[in-house]
Amino acid sequence: MSKNLIGPELQRVIDLIGKLPGLGPRSARRVALHLLKRPDTLLAPLADALAEAGKAITKCSVCGTFDTVDPCTVCSAPNRDLSVICVVQDVPDLWALERAAAFKGRYHILGGVLSALDGVGPENLNIDSLIARASSPDVKEVIIALSATVDGQTTAHYLSDRLESLGIQITRLAQGVPMGGELDHLDEGTLTAALMSRRGLE
Amino acid sequence: MEWRDTGIVLGSRRFGETGLILDAFTREHGRQSGFIHGGNSTKKRASFEVGTTLELEWRARNENQLGNFNLSEATANRAAMFMSSRLSLTALNSVTSLLNTSLPDGQAYPMLYDATEFVLDQLGDRELWPALMVSWEVGFLRTVGYGLDFSKCAVSGRKNGLTHVSPRTGRAACGEEVPEYVDKLLQLPEFLVNSEADASAEDIGKGFRLTGHFITNRLYAEAHKPPPGSRELMLRRLSDMEIVVF
Repeated sequence: MSKNLIGPELQRVIDLIGKLPGLGPRSARRVALHLLKRPDTLLAPLADALAEAGKAITKCSVCGTFDTVDPCTVCSAPNRDLSVICVVQDVPDLWALERAAAFKGRYHILGGVLSALDGVGPENLNIDSLIARASSPDVKEVIIALSATVDGQTTAHYLSDRLESLGIQITRLAQGVPMGGELDHLDEGTLTAALMSRRGLE
Repeated sequence: MEWRDTGIVLGSRRFGETGLILDAFTREHGRQSGFIHGGNSTKKRASFEVGTTLELEWRARNENQLGNFNLSEATANRAAMFMSSRLSLTALNSVTSLLNTSLPDGQAYPMLYDATEFVLDQLGDRELWPALMVSWEVGFLRTVGYGLDFSKCAVSGRKNGLTHVSPRTGRAACGEEVPEYVDKLLQLPEFLVNSEADASAEDIGKGFRLTGHFITNRLYAEAHKPPPGSRELMLRRLSDMEIVVF
């Protein structure tokens, strides 16, 4: 579509929407049109919400997640277990674990994983702040909840090396058959990991 | 262009929402990259972890195009096997990152491929693989053009008593022939010239120092880039666990 057909304000909106993950120029135009057709119920409230979020949301100085308060709601909650820190790669992982509601400790967001291919080294991750937090006498366990990929597990082993001298328990998430998973439909890698992590029936 | 081959995954990166660009070291077609439709989906992603051996089908309009990998079936899931072992995982990373960052595209090295398959298959046996890894690195250096010649002494032509290697030429020498230069030469462990000799922790350390010199100061220095950090991490772990003495 020729850019002359639409004004610069609308073009800017389309360009910005097109930078969101999963949206190309064509999808961005559809989203923009959808918003324009609902100025009162969607466009204005969305613009207000984004402006408000841009002003209010900050990064937690303790764990690195996004929230409107610093320290974040999880870090400042009095009923959370101070003795356990769960290390996750990024904010969506923290949200996923919170959805499961199975963990009552605190989190630490690493900001990525070590990757030789992408040139991500230990200095690019929030490792020093994790060591500082784990050095507190209150902390008894660090759970490393990183992805089950070579990069994720290489990072897990690296963190384990760095945390070893603190004398605290270091654990990682189990790998294997997912809930509701049928063996016939699992890939060979998951099956191998499941077999190697087998445990006795309780 | 179209071919089928077996290949080891050296790396992968996301492309678009669900696609993946895969780098593989194939037996008959060398290092090749290709796009995999839906390769980043949760169902398929596990097959494209580094070290996995796949049956690959590659298709492109011509050999210079990126091409597509249309079929891939895993025959060895090494990442899943070694994921819980910090030592094996760093060794897997070291081998794949050395290959991924130094092999030219499309150049076949079937002997290096077979040696790589063999060494990767032994990574579960920590008594065995460190010495094998030194031999693999020597073979790798020879293959990519840094011909380490341990067949005879560069000074006297003798075929026995080889104890050192010139850091400049990569040729072996008998230390007793050149006592005034011994301090400047790299030590050559016996297991690299005599396959029946035992490889002690000190010997393996000497071997890694020898290959490390050529990997760092020749292969990567000439490409103006640092060697992969995963090799350094592997050596540190081997040293910490006292499997290798430097």
